Amino acid sequence: MLELLKQPWHWSVAGVIIGLFVPLLLVVGNKTFGISSSMRHICAAILPAKISYFKYDWKKESWNLTFVAGVIIGGWIASHLLTNPAPIKIADSTKAYLQSIGIQEFGTLVPTDLFSWENLFTLRGFTFIVVGGFLVGFGTRYAGGCTSGHSIMGLSNLQLPSLIATICFMIGGFIVTWLVIPYL
Amino acid sequence: MKEIKDIDTLDFETQNLADTSTEKRTIGSLIKYLILGIGFGIVLVKAEVISWFRIQEMFRLESFHMYGVIGTAVVVGIISVQVIKRFRIKSLSGEPIRLDAKPFSKGQIFGGLFFGFGWALTGACPGPIYAQIGTGVTVFMVTLLSALAGTWFYGLIRKKLPH
Repeated sequence: MLELLKQPWHWSVAGVIIGLFVPLLLVVGNKTFGISSSMRHICAAILPAKISYFKYDWKKESWNLTFVAGVIIGGWIASHLLTNPAPIKIADSTKAYLQSIGIQEFGTLVPTDLFSWENLFTLRGFTFIVVGGFLVGFGTRYAGGCTSGHSIMGLSNLQLPSLIATICFMIGGFIVTWLVIPYL
Repeated sequence: MKEIKDIDTLDFETQNLADTSTEKRTIGSLIKYLILGIGFGIVLVKAEVISWFRIQEMFRLESFHMYGVIGTAVVVGIISVQVIKRFRIKSLSGEPIRLDAKPFSKGQIFGGLFFGFGWALTGACPGPIYAQIGTGVTVFMVTLLSALAGTWFYGLIRKKLPH
């Protein structure tokens, strides 16, 4: 059993489990699934700075902050106790393309050629790590949700605005992947 | 607290701010969310959803993996919500389950595009950023800090942005 859990999980298994978080959170505590709002609550808790957007009782959303604390622990458990013995296998065409733009390390979940402390202060590393992060935080709040809040929770509830948001997430991703990353 | 109402209409993830339930925030009541979060973190890592490589594959249309994960999750989510609505399933504490409809805003387009840019660069949406930190790729703490800065910046200038 443990050996099975250590293998990479099939997309259908992961999809079913992730989808079940929608009813689980609703039934367990009448909570709607959505992770990016945790960042707003952290801002509200640490640096509200008299900005009206951050003036609310963030403690009401403690459950959300607890949930993301769990996600960090889950990441640790999965990578330390359920370690996949083999390196990650990605599509050959993706690998060939990434090699052509200078990615050399494959096998870990994230390319160390881009995401490492040494690269943080290079223009390339800074763009991926810092500019990317900023856009994630800014964009999710501007859109009112992220992959979980819109693409999973919102679509599950058949919300048209969530479909629009999801399509725009994808368009944005395609633009940067095809028109920006090759030149970074 | 008039602002809350305004926020609630545009933010799809803060419906609980209007929560009037009397559920107490004790360690006991929060621990279930910790456990659920741990489960979610494990799935994200084990299905390699947090992998920058998998996100590149997705946006380059070179693998079905991510489309399979998200597509299956949406199908399961839609069925679950329909079941909850049809059978008027209540939450564990006995309240009716609340699922608000939210209005369209231009933010979903502009914000959606910005998030898409960031998603392709970092290879991570917010959940995976947290999970990455857990796996030990500690430089993602900088990504998280930067995402917090982006969130804060949105709060600062949101009244000047088209919605």
